[in-house]
Amino acid sequence: MKFIIQVNKGPYQHQTADSAYQFISAALAKGHEVLRVFFYHDGVNNGTRLTAPPQDDRNVVHRWSALAAEHDLDLVICVAAAQRRGILDEREMNRLDKDAHNLAPGFRISGLGQLIEGVVLSDRLVVFGD
Amino acid sequence: MIKKCLYVNRRAPYGTSYALEAIDVVLIGSAFDQDISLLFIDDGVFQLKSDQDTTGIEMKNFSSAYSAFEMYDVEKLYVSKEAMTARGLKKRDLVVDVEVLSDNAIKDLMDEHDVIFSF
Repeated sequence: MKFIIQVNKGPYQHQTADSAYQFISAALAKGHEVLRVFFYHDGVNNGTRLTAPPQDDRNVVHRWSALAAEHDLDLVICVAAAQRRGILDEREMNRLDKDAHNLAPGFRISGLGQLIEGVVLSDRLVVFGD
Repeated sequence: MIKKCLYVNRRAPYGTSYALEAIDVVLIGSAFDQDISLLFIDDGVFQLKSDQDTTGIEMKNFSSAYSAFEMYDVEKLYVSKEAMTARGLKKRDLVVDVEVLSDNAIKDLMDEHDVIFSF
């Protein structure tokens, strides 16, 4: 089956990012396809490379980047939600005249069209959030 | 390819960003020519309440967006009868014309759709 995944919550406070990661890992292991992971609402906070969790905790952001590298996963951060919450790549930094960017490896910033297109091209949308 | 998309709005308009950010997804879905329906359940029915005044909470009042949906060919709006009744709301209290559905009818509505967005 071909999935598109939507992640609506940031890391650590809520189990959303963990459940989404575990679902995707399991789906890929079973031979399913994950067309795209779309991060919306506070879910865009999964894409900052500046998180520094304690050594004995899981690193949610690194985990996403590693999964993306291993499976060529398309991790898309919603641009409108990201601008509100301070998640920027270098291009957005320059465009918005900010002094830093923080997008983690394996993520890209794009629009909501990526969610709708993904929904059209997939068999199923699975939403993680509360 | 056109899919039947149901946007389920479950939360009050303010307090979280879900309602506001759901509107963007609806408009993009319309731009992609998808077959769009909106369903308001639980506290989501408050999103459609007329005469909202947000000055006291320093939030943008975006309830006019629902009236503008018609211009984007978003015309199928449904609300939960149970949610309305529990909150003392009548159809005349809402900013747009809606179809009121029982929980059983909502079950059928969900079955009819290819995709369910949840906010």
